[in-house]
Amino acid sequence: MIKAILIFNNHGKPRLIRFYQYFTEDMQQQIIRETFHLVSKRDDNVCNFLEGGSLIGGSDYKLIYRHYATLYFVFCVDSSESELGILDLIQVFVETLDKCFENVCELDLIFHMDKVHYILQEVVMGGMVLETNMNEIVAQVEVQNRLEKSEVLNCLFCHVNSSPINREATKPAVPDQHRLRPL
Amino acid sequence: MALKIVKGSIDRMFDKNLQDLVRGIRNHKEDEAKYISTCIDEIKQELKQDNIAVKANAVCKLTYLQMLGYDVSWAAFNIVEVMSSSKFTYKRIGYLAASQCFHESTDVIMLTTNQIRKDLSSPNQYDTGVALTGLSCFVTPDLARDLANDIMTLMSHTKPYIRKKAVLIMYKVFLKYPESLRPAFPRLKEKLEDPDPGVQSAAVNVICELARRNPKNYLSLAPLFFKLMTSSTNNWVLIKIIKLFGALTPLEPRLGKKLIEPLTNLIHSTSAMSLLYECVNTVIAVLISLSSGMPNHSASIQLCVQKLRILIEDSDQNLKYLGLLAMSKILKTHPKSVQSHKDLILQCLDDKDESIRLRALDLLYGMVSKKNLMEIVKKLMLHVDKAEGTTYRDELLTKIIDICSQSNYQYITNFEWYISILVELTRLEGTRHGHLIASQMLDVAIRVKAIRVFAVAQMATLLDNAHLMTGNVQRKGICEVLYAAAWICGEFSEHLENPTQTLEAMLRPKVATLPGHIQAVYVQNAAKLFATVLKSQEGNTDSTAAQETSQLMIERLPLFVQSANLEVQERASCILQLVKYIQKLQQKDVEVAEEVIALFDGELNPVAPKAQKKVPVPEGLDLDAWINEPPSESESEDDQPKAIFAKEETKHSRTRHTEVDEKELAKRREVRKQEQANNPFYIKASPSSQKVYQEAPGVEHIPVVQIDLSVPLKVPGLPMSDQYVKLEEERRQKERVEKKKKDKKKRKEKGGGRRKKRDSGPESEEDITPAHMVDIVTEEMPENALPSDDDDKDPNDPHKALDIDLDKPLADSEKLPVRSHRAAEALKSPAEDGEAEAAASLEPKKKSSKEKREKKKDKEKDRKKSKDDKKKKKHRRVEKGEDLLGGQADGPVAQSEETSEAAAPPAANTAEVSDLDFWLSNAPVPPNTQEAATLAEAAPAHETASGTAPDSEPDDEPKDTEPEETDKKSSKHKKKKQKKEKEDKEKKKKKKHHHHHHHSDGGGEESVQNGTMEEEEPLPPMSNYCLLAESSYIKMMIEDTNQENDIQGNLQDGSQVVVSVIFENKCDSFLKSMEFNVLDSLNSKLQRPEGSGPHDGLTVPFQLPPGVSNEARFVFTVQSIVMPQKLKGTLTFIVKNEDSSTHEKLDFKLHFTCSSYLITTPCYSDAFAKLLESGDLKCSSVRLEGVSQPFHHLLARICFHHHFSVVERVDSCASMYSRSIQGHHVCLLVKTSGQTVSIDAKCDEPTLLGNVLDEIKQTFSQC
Repeated sequence: MIKAILIFNNHGKPRLIRFYQYFTEDMQQQIIRETFHLVSKRDDNVCNFLEGGSLIGGSDYKLIYRHYATLYFVFCVDSSESELGILDLIQVFVETLDKCFENVCELDLIFHMDKVHYILQEVVMGGMVLETNMNEIVAQVEVQNRLEKSEVLNCLFCHVNSSPINREATKPAVPDQHRLRPL
Repeated sequence: MALKIVKGSIDRMFDKNLQDLVRGIRNHKEDEAKYISTCIDEIKQELKQDNIAVKANAVCKLTYLQMLGYDVSWAAFNIVEVMSSSKFTYKRIGYLAASQCFHESTDVIMLTTNQIRKDLSSPNQYDTGVALTGLSCFVTPDLARDLANDIMTLMSHTKPYIRKKAVLIMYKVFLKYPESLRPAFPRLKEKLEDPDPGVQSAAVNVICELARRNPKNYLSLAPLFFKLMTSSTNNWVLIKIIKLFGALTPLEPRLGKKLIEPLTNLIHSTSAMSLLYECVNTVIAVLISLSSGMPNHSASIQLCVQKLRILIEDSDQNLKYLGLLAMSKILKTHPKSVQSHKDLILQCLDDKDESIRLRALDLLYGMVSKKNLMEIVKKLMLHVDKAEGTTYRDELLTKIIDICSQSNYQYITNFEWYISILVELTRLEGTRHGHLIASQMLDVAIRVKAIRVFAVAQMATLLDNAHLMTGNVQRKGICEVLYAAAWICGEFSEHLENPTQTLEAMLRPKVATLPGHIQAVYVQNAAKLFATVLKSQEGNTDSTAAQETSQLMIERLPLFVQSANLEVQERASCILQLVKYIQKLQQKDVEVAEEVIALFDGELNPVAPKAQKKVPVPEGLDLDAWINEPPSESESEDDQPKAIFAKEETKHSRTRHTEVDEKELAKRREVRKQEQANNPFYIKASPSSQKVYQEAPGVEHIPVVQIDLSVPLKVPGLPMSDQYVKLEEERRQKERVEKKKKDKKKRKEKGGGRRKKRDSGPESEEDITPAHMVDIVTEEMPENALPSDDDDKDPNDPHKALDIDLDKPLADSEKLPVRSHRAAEALKSPAEDGEAEAAASLEPKKKSSKEKREKKKDKEKDRKKSKDDKKKKKHRRVEKGEDLLGGQADGPVAQSEETSEAAAPPAANTAEVSDLDFWLSNAPVPPNTQEAATLAEAAPAHETASGTAPDSEPDDEPKDTEPEETDKKSSKHKKKKQKKEKEDKEKKKKKKHHHHHHHSDGGGEESVQNGTMEEEEPLPPMSNYCLLAESSYIKMMIEDTNQENDIQGNLQDGSQVVVSVIFENKCDSFLKSMEFNVLDSLNSKLQRPEGSGPHDGLTVPFQLPPGVSNEARFVFTVQSIVMPQKLKGTLTFIVKNEDSSTHEKLDFKLHFTCSSYLITTPCYSDAFAKLLESGDLKCSSVRLEGVSQPFHHLLARICFHHHFSVVERVDSCASMYSRSIQGHHVCLLVKTSGQTVSIDAKCDEPTLLGNVLDEIKQTFSQC
């Protein structure tokens, strides 16, 4: 089981949090801080597994993370998950983000947290791995986006309205080093 | 209204959306909190509006704020509003917000049940998907109970997308509502073989998750998983399964044996590191579970270790980490194989990665031996010096202590060295583990008597240099060591070389800065020291020294009397008064030393940590009994937890424990004796003394040899453990030389040979003897102490509730609660009862008819065809399984077949268990002993059998017999009719069996396929037999034709229809020489044996005594199946009386309906959907008016009479599917409203479709 998925940047600012077990908001923030503290002091060339988040889990739980450009993707998992498998899953997730956002960078996650959630929902559900095939994930996300678009269009036909969830038409140019280029 | 909308949208233009909010927050970095609070006010305004779009936008923003740590639970009701929007866009926002902030105590969750149910059954799969995803995060026990059945239905949804989500969420449902596990499990198991890999993977995922917590309940699935493991290519699935096997093997070592081979194959073949790693892990688990002694055991271990070495040597830190992790598992059982890689592991200690260093440390723990302990610890000490971060250094420190102290200091040969290590560790700055070092010092000093002299000297030095420890604030943690030092110096003061100096050191003013509890120990032990000093000084002629000491005490103690710490103060004032009194006596020249010493007389023995807990309750003492009368009612509840000492402590357990203890002691003694025998320095005890010591419990009487320490006791400054390492080396060297000499002598004396050969090469473990005999005092336990208490399982573990036996058949009471739309809740249970009753009433009927036929068959059997008989017997045995397995005997031999069949469900259960046994024993697997595996095999077979069938699904018929039938179809469809007949008959028997099954335990699994749901009333019995023709002599009944493809013939045009006819003798005469003949049409021909003419009749292969009926089957070849057929036929027979015999004949008309050309073919809903979407099906429809029967009856009728299967049923609408023998797809959509039933149908052959629909219409017009 996956207990939590946290995405935060190099300064510990959360970009997406997804707990599969209930914690109060305060506790969630503490966990983010602790996890950031643990993860950020590690070099990039050390292993991606980490034991001993004191707040979340216990001895059975591990933090498995990857660091891309400015973002940390941290999964807190128990011993039923394969460590290398989860690493692959993070990679799949990031590659999917890259496909859905076209060269994803931190800004995409900042402004479209909801969309990132929707993508994540196609990868992990209730703490269990739902799908690992990137094409399948992308396909499902796109179908749902089309569905949303058609609804927005309908809405526009009915009464003049602008979509609240319209993606910005122009995306600012992203400096290369900020792109979360999957490895 | 319109105005309102326009107004709303204009308002909205000024609303912030999520992006604006984020941007705003980024632009207000300095007053973020203030900005957000204004935003929240805005959101509150937006939530008050009627426009759902505005609300959704607000909720979306709240979700973002929730991530930043703001509590948004106040908006829970608005979230529910947005969730219930009909638009997917908004619904999705609502569910996302709910999944982020709802939890079990969110009260509005109660309101969502119906909304979620509606979404789950939405025609839009993405609505369903979103609801499932959301629900997975906030499902509560109530939701789980109310929605379990809906979700279970979704597990067979047409879309794999929904199926996989439904399967996954079931795990959460099980956790919250454990009662759902058993009813849902069969379907979950079915999903293991779903055609969609995603669904399959999800099912594996869920079952693995379940099995991990309660593995024993899932052992019976092992064959199925084994099959999946050997067939799957999906690494994700493989990893899960292999992990699961890792959990299962400890329960069933035979499973492990079976696994080793495929796993090692995978290890050799796979390129995926993740898979390789999990394989290695499971092989390790297998090897741990297997008792040693397997021949290729060591080869597997070697393979694992070798692969792990490759991982550890890899440059990828992740692999290195995992390699070490797995290595530590091997270490527990096979330390030798790991120890050979010591070099590698020590190398990892130098790794720059802390996680890896920690893992390597873990490994070291198990790798030490007497031989290498010093070396390893020396290396670790170097790391301690180098380590920068305090956490890692602390970790190192605890590891050093762990390593040294493990299993009662087993590996320490030189305790002086260990004490020096401990003293060296006190130099660490800022460690948190001062108390750990202190307790080690105390432990060693108390338990190893021989070391006390050395320890006391070291501790005295420590006390002398106490200022080094107390000086720095950072070093607070380490001053705990002084506690130990003071106590040791006081308690064993007789060993002190210069007690006066130590006493002085303990009374320095600086001591007052130490923590209170340490000061208290100082004061107390100063008194002990004082006593010792007095004693030594009183022997002197000069009494001034003693008086000086008293004076010193009196001068220094007032400092402690003023202490703020109560304990210190109390002790200090007591002792001060004592010393003052002593001083008075001294001035009168009275000898007091003896009396003062008496104050601290007696030895303190160590007490085991759990000793207190293990004191047994003395007999006759009832701890629960009231000492006084219970005070009042209200308090009586509190006395329950007082029963800490369980009452069930019986004499039995006590005696057993002492036995164990004795054994353990004996073992230790034996070891010790061995060592003593080898130790040249040890003066061997005389046999008599040994006897004494064996009788005495405890180890007090072991003679301790005092040795001359080869190291000067007074080490200048702090001790250097390295010196001891060197000395130890020298000692061992010497010992070896000594031993060699002795060996030589011995060999000379005894002429060699009798004693075991001693390796004179590299010294083995046992050869290293401790530097001096250490007397490790065992910790004291109360007499009759109880065996160790088991660590209790966490009572709050949600998985405890899921420890459910899944093999037991479902009871009626266990069925999932179903939402009852029409019937009221109270009506439900009678309906269920009714069903059970109906099933019961059906049973005997079936049985009796079966019995009849059985009898007849037996008779026949007796008469002829002993060959067939034999065959059948064999067959039946395979069918039942148990006989072969030799496990469960199937009751008394006299038991009739019927009864054993009637008891089918429990039998199936035991069969399953013994199936596992069978599967695990390495015999070849007959096709149907293992239900699951053959089921999977049967699926492809089925497909070939039925041509281009859409994805086949396990039949609604019980599975165990299904593959067998298919097998037969494919292999034995010969034209030898008699044989075939036999088979058919058997098949028929089985059919009956199936029906019986349906009614007796038609649980949730079959509900949809049957078209019935549990709460609905049971189906009326249906018969497919109809009268063909009747005369005064004979009655011919025809069973609705039964078809099968001749797969050995030409698939395209060689279609066959089998007609089974029951002949019943109605008269008192014997009927014989029956001949069955049909006038062939262009389209349909009766299959006749080769060589016979086109108009010859077929001999019915039996005779009929009076009152007996029997069945015969006839095969027809049909060219075109799109039209119904009528064939004229005649039956001729001879009626034989005692006196006469007459020739009679009976004409009949065989009616081939189009429905009879259809085969019940199960179809997956997704395949069904694809079929409909493909567009090459012609459409047609029919309306039936005035149908009064319940919908599920209607469906059952269509299924029964027209050979359809239900693909999916949603309330009053169902999709059905069937296939013709020539491969036409027929799809139906049946809808009902009131008394009207409309059937929309699609088929690639319009004529056929028209005819089938007509027939359906007719079926319903008849009733």
